[in-house]
Amino acid sequence: MATILVDGRACPARMDENLLQACLESGADLPYFCWHPELGSVGACRQCAVKQFSGPDDKAGRIVMACMTPVTDGAILSIDDPQAKEFRAGVVEWLMINHPHDCPVCPEGGECHLQDMTVMTGHARRRYRFTKRTHRNQDLGPFLNHEMNRCIGCYRCVRFYRDYAGSEDLAAFGAHDDLYFGRHEDGALENAFSGNLVEICPTGVFTDKPFSAIYSRKWDMRGAPSVCAHCAVGCNTIVNARQGTVRRVINRYHDAVNRYFLCDRGRYGHGFATTPTRPRTPTTRQDGIPVPVSITTALDRFAAMAARGPIVGIGSTRASLESNFALRALTGPDRFSTGLPQPEHDLTMQVPALLRATPARNPSLHDMESADAVLVLGEDVCATAPRLGLALRQTLRRAANPAADAAKVPHWMDAAVRMLGADTPSPLRVLTPAATDLDPIAATAHRAAPDDIARLGFAIAHRIDASAPDVPDLSETDLQLADTLATALRTARRPLIVAGLQYANAALLHAAANIATALHAAGTDAALSLVVPDCNSMGMALMGGIPLDDVRAMAQAGRIGTLVVMENDLTRRLDATILHDLLAAVPHLVVIDHIATPLAQQADLVLPATALTESGGTLVSTEGRAQRFLPALLPAMPVQESWRWARQLSLATAGTEPDWTDLDQIIAAMAQDIPSLSAVADAAPGAGYRLDGRRVRSEPARISGRTALRAHVSVHDRPLQASPDTPLAPTMEGAYSPDIPGALIPFYHAPGWNSVQSLNRFQQEIGGKMRGGEAGTRLLDGTPHTPPNWHHDIPPPFTTGPDDLLLLPEYRLFGTEELSTLSPPIATRIAPAALRLGTMPAGLENGTTATITLAGEQITLPVRHDSALPPGIALCPPHLAARAFGTPVHIQLRREDAS
Amino acid sequence: MSTADTLLPPDLRAQITELARAEHRPRAASVSALTLVQAHFGWVSDAHLAETASLLGMSPADLDGIATYFNLIFRRPVGRHVIMLCDSVSCWIMGRDAVCARLQARLGIRPGETTADGAVTLLPIVCLGHCDHAPAMLVDHTLHGDLDAETAEHLADTLRQAAP
Amino acid sequence: MNVSERPLTAMIGLPDGPPDCAAYGRAGGWQAVRRALRDMTPEAVIETVTASKLRGRGGAGFGTGQKWSFVPRDPPATRRKYLVANADEMEPGTFKDRLLLEGNPLQLVEGMIIAGYAIQAGHGVIFLRGEYHLALARLNHAIAEARQVGWLGENILGSGFGFEIHVHASGGRYICGEETALLTALEGRRAQPRSKPPFPQVGGLWGAPSVVNNVETLCNLPHIVANGAEWFLSLGLGPDSGTKIYGVSGRVRRPGAWELPMGTPLREIVEHHAGGMRDGYRLRAFLPGGASTAFLDAGQVDVAMEYGAVEKAGSRLGTGLAILLDDRTCPVGMLHNLEHFFAQESCGWCTPCRDGLPWVERLLDAIESGTGEPEDLDRLHDHARLLGPMGRTFCAHAPGAMAPLASGLKLFREEFDAHIRQRACPLRETA
Ligand SMILES: Cc1cc2nc3c(=O)[nH]c(=O)nc-3n(C[C@H](O)[C@H](O)[C@H](O)COP(=O)(O)O)c2cc1C
Ligand code: SF4
Ligand code: FES
Repeated sequence: MATILVDGRACPARMDENLLQACLESGADLPYFCWHPELGSVGACRQCAVKQFSGPDDKAGRIVMACMTPVTDGAILSIDDPQAKEFRAGVVEWLMINHPHDCPVCPEGGECHLQDMTVMTGHARRRYRFTKRTHRNQDLGPFLNHEMNRCIGCYRCVRFYRDYAGSEDLAAFGAHDDLYFGRHEDGALENAFSGNLVEICPTGVFTDKPFSAIYSRKWDMRGAPSVCAHCAVGCNTIVNARQGTVRRVINRYHDAVNRYFLCDRGRYGHGFATTPTRPRTPTTRQDGIPVPVSITTALDRFAAMAARGPIVGIGSTRASLESNFALRALTGPDRFSTGLPQPEHDLTMQVPALLRATPARNPSLHDMESADAVLVLGEDVCATAPRLGLALRQTLRRAANPAADAAKVPHWMDAAVRMLGADTPSPLRVLTPAATDLDPIAATAHRAAPDDIARLGFAIAHRIDASAPDVPDLSETDLQLADTLATALRTARRPLIVAGLQYANAALLHAAANIATALHAAGTDAALSLVVPDCNSMGMALMGGIPLDDVRAMAQAGRIGTLVVMENDLTRRLDATILHDLLAAVPHLVVIDHIATPLAQQADLVLPATALTESGGTLVSTEGRAQRFLPALLPAMPVQESWRWARQLSLATAGTEPDWTDLDQIIAAMAQDIPSLSAVADAAPGAGYRLDGRRVRSEPARISGRTALRAHVSVHDRPLQASPDTPLAPTMEGAYSPDIPGALIPFYHAPGWNSVQSLNRFQQEIGGKMRGGEAGTRLLDGTPHTPPNWHHDIPPPFTTGPDDLLLLPEYRLFGTEELSTLSPPIATRIAPAALRLGTMPAGLENGTTATITLAGEQITLPVRHDSALPPGIALCPPHLAARAFGTPVHIQLRREDAS
Repeated sequence: MSTADTLLPPDLRAQITELARAEHRPRAASVSALTLVQAHFGWVSDAHLAETASLLGMSPADLDGIATYFNLIFRRPVGRHVIMLCDSVSCWIMGRDAVCARLQARLGIRPGETTADGAVTLLPIVCLGHCDHAPAMLVDHTLHGDLDAETAEHLADTLRQAAP
Repeated sequence: MNVSERPLTAMIGLPDGPPDCAAYGRAGGWQAVRRALRDMTPEAVIETVTASKLRGRGGAGFGTGQKWSFVPRDPPATRRKYLVANADEMEPGTFKDRLLLEGNPLQLVEGMIIAGYAIQAGHGVIFLRGEYHLALARLNHAIAEARQVGWLGENILGSGFGFEIHVHASGGRYICGEETALLTALEGRRAQPRSKPPFPQVGGLWGAPSVVNNVETLCNLPHIVANGAEWFLSLGLGPDSGTKIYGVSGRVRRPGAWELPMGTPLREIVEHHAGGMRDGYRLRAFLPGGASTAFLDAGQVDVAMEYGAVEKAGSRLGTGLAILLDDRTCPVGMLHNLEHFFAQESCGWCTPCRDGLPWVERLLDAIESGTGEPEDLDRLHDHARLLGPMGRTFCAHAPGAMAPLASGLKLFREEFDAHIRQRACPLRETA
């Protein structure tokens, strides 16, 4: 630690940071634009100018850019120095020369970093009297508006988009004051993280397009901390709502998880909760026709069903722990299903066990960024866990750090570090059946069938630790590859192995575990990350249950009276005929869900559930981190949480009455009942949490129009309903401070800082932990390691017959994950399904169609040649072509015209 | 892009590929490749830019960001001849404005424009390093100095008369 | 004047164009590279150049030997190193490098081999202005010939040292002359300058150790190595060593460039070599070394053209090629022209330069065309004050732009006032 003097005040500072960070951390208001905590410094905007003095006797000093100046112990600087102030006011005046001053109609208004900085520098009067330049805007697709006239040329957008997120279709054009940031031509931005431009751009050039259509000022919206439901990474979000509807999702910082960025699926996926088909009342089926009924009728109907036979519950990997637990309480653990068919069930259940048994670390996303060798084994993480893919991309930037150290360049000097590291070899190695977005930056990108990737993995483990089983009959090239990869991993300090459930291949996971175990034994600080498919797959794995196959068996045996399926569209899980047979053997089907699924159409009773944004609950992410989401909206009865439905169903069946009524109680009950979930309560403070004796307010202090909004009804303020499940007050009445626990952040605001950049004030140090404590709690840590236990299930080499193909699910960023596909902006980005083939059988060419039998259905698809695919492998997006297709299957190919 | 829809002649494609190969990284050949394309077509069209970018393994946006950055890469069509009249200080002192005015009048265009017959484009250019012979201009690849309104006008006439 | 006193230009202006390898050798060329590669260690070359007190001729005047000494001596064997000749020459009023490039390209080649050897760089790059078509042809020809004869390639003179030269023709941007922007341009990116550290000598082209030297600097090397540091020191009239290519443009009788001893007074250059002012014109003020140096008043014409003296007079030696403002040319117009150049050539990376310079340009335009307001002068002063000192903008471009402005505002106060008062250019009728 160093001490620096800022305007005479002694402030602690870290030696590895720059003066801008140190000043901000000391609480000073020092304006900036081009610096970003995650992107580092490039010194472009010149806004962060301060006066630095060489010693106590130096009275003149020198203007320096704080963001480009390293902290030195005893550094003396002044923010208030008149020359520095004048210069900073000048910078804003220059930036404002061409800015359109259209704040009243700008969606950024009220949370604009440029507004904040303009006020902060004191620039208030326009002196430039010549004309402004104007630009033509581009159509950048369904996610973002483009308003180039507002640009202040800070280069943050291209630095994020190109350098950090790795896409090339956004660029800076032109020179001098005729700069343009956009695409080569109109069209949707390609990068999976394009939505972050909304938060990256310090003014209103890139703004949230779907939000514009239902726009509200930041200060007129309520916020609630939430967790993304669209993959298993568990990115932290803030959901903004107003007048009973969700308006947008923005990033909520979690130092170990998503940090500053969300993927577009997470940011734009929330529209599933507002589809017109969403069930909003209980519905029964009379003569095949759905009929809305009251809650009482619905419960009576259920009681009648329950009286006629045992209840079996099917839970869901996309429902909260609490909802699954409540269903399990209704049916008893023996009749509670994970909702997964056997292979996925078995694999999912294995994951926590594997992570616990492997002595290697189970890394957080942030932890992964500093891996110095990464092996991705048979998982397209950019599609299955996009934010994790972005974290892996950063290993390349970190790899440049030694070169920077050699040149005595601090790591936050972004452009310099990237330049110095230009020739640094990539630490990334990707073994997958098909190309992934990481391939272009990987040192190795090798294509093979999942079984062959597993074989390679086992072989690598053996090469690192000879006691691990070796693989017989490897080809010469595979032997070489295994040697190279083993060497790369063994010689690293912090190697990381990433695998996942995409191809439902147990051997892949076991190979990954063997490598991690071997690396640990070899003395490296090894890490193993396993990617599960859904936002609560890991929670389900920890809770346990029976597979769907057991439910089928019970049904066939006539042992099910009523089947309650919660937030699980079984048509995505089971082949049509299998599902048909199952339902035929079950007298009553009850569906609890918040989306209209094909399954719900067959239900005798549909109960409308809340979406994530309207309820509180807990999800367990792929790293085993339990994270709480809180309601941004109150559910409009009769819509209620699945767990409240399950409770009411319990009451209606005259069984035992659950001794919990609110979220904290159900969490406590669950923690007691299920040891592996005993720590879940620690994920966030309970509803009883008080900050300075008060609830945390969910609305900014300046919220306006609460009474005006319903003035046509009454001008009197109404008491607002509060949810018993959240410590957040429903209004602006309540406490707020930068010491709010990370799990409870409803919005970021600090005096003078209305934009997302106010986050700096909430961190212990910039880019570090939240002052009020980290959100969530890791459930898999602290379990004792057993001595290495090698897996031996080495598969035989992959082969197929001449007409036989192994069809693998081609996960996509948009179109695979169930909920987000229902969100309109995402739906427009879903490309039609096609069958990708490595070798084209005679008679087929690009664009022609072929028919396959998939999940019991005959499907005709256009074919696309993909020469990178290994022989015998075909690819098709899961659920897009055939609903139940989600795991590899063998198929025969028939040409369309021949069929 | 399949070879069927390529627009650059094969030898030009080969030259660009060779340029890229000779560099430490292909992108280092950006300006030289654009210059080659421009030498062939007079300017760099969107389609040629995209094809050049793909030969260099770059996105069109990336290469266009470079093309639009530099003064000597033309992203719009130019005439058969390009007059670049120095507008820097020594030439200004020595009367380049009068030369420019006469050229404009004679050609009927303003700087940045091309004559209707497609013969001549008139552009300003920064100091040509010919200040001892100011005012100076570059006509295609040839440097002319010690201009006055008359000599410049004469030169412009010759350019227009020259067969295309 | 004998040949040894005009080492840089002795072979320039031959009737048959630049010398070929053989002619170059007959006239004394290749001696130095022979001596360096055969008889001297790289360290010895650096020592000689350091002892010669050769200072960079690109404008900043940094000690060449000292600059080289920052290159890591023993980097990993795999690490490339680069020597880059800065032949971008886009500073308005400057035409010395073109003379050397077109007149005797082999001299540059020899200088580059010596410099490459000194810093143990195997790769030489000439970053050439895109408009210098003749220079490009002659350089490529000279390099090809030198390669054929064996002056370039592997194992030159059996010394074990190999060196290649590659010419990069620029896409055209003044900022490419700034050494770090130049490196960015060579990497095929938008030529924005880079922060220092890392200095190019440590992390330059592709992150590898690189030295950027001006053409004229490099052309001095064969003569220093061949004749020794003492000889070079003796050439200068004052504290600075060597000769310098000086030049004059503006309304003089014989504008041009001449190689003269370092420290030659400007008056001698203007009156003796350039033939004095043209009839009917008097010297009003001058920029001693290119567009980015501060104006000096006509009364300072006796200044010795050497680094210290010009600085003491209130400007910079810069490129050493003076631009003269006569009494019938409008100083506001001249400043407008200069600031137009700087505004247009700003790379667009940092705010003050990108958005401040166009404001300055428009203010000057307004004043010159008769729509100026008295407050406009305050705004111009603001800019000179805010952008002038180094370190406020990302690179030296904007401070360079402010040098003529700040000095001009002082020197031409009356003319500025007259423009604003009369709402017109008072010199328009007389011009
Ligand atoms: C805006 C700007 C433009 C420059 N242009 C040139 C140039 O055209 N030629 C040149 O040799 N140096 C130029 N320089 C100076 C170079 O940055 C660098 O100092 C020089 O090439 C080093 O060579 P030297 O040490 O041999 O002088 C320029 C500097 C700046 C700030
Ligand atoms: S001062 Fe700034 S904008 Fe100007 S050329 Fe230098 S870096 Fe670019
Ligand atoms: S934040 Fe420091 S220069 Fe932009």
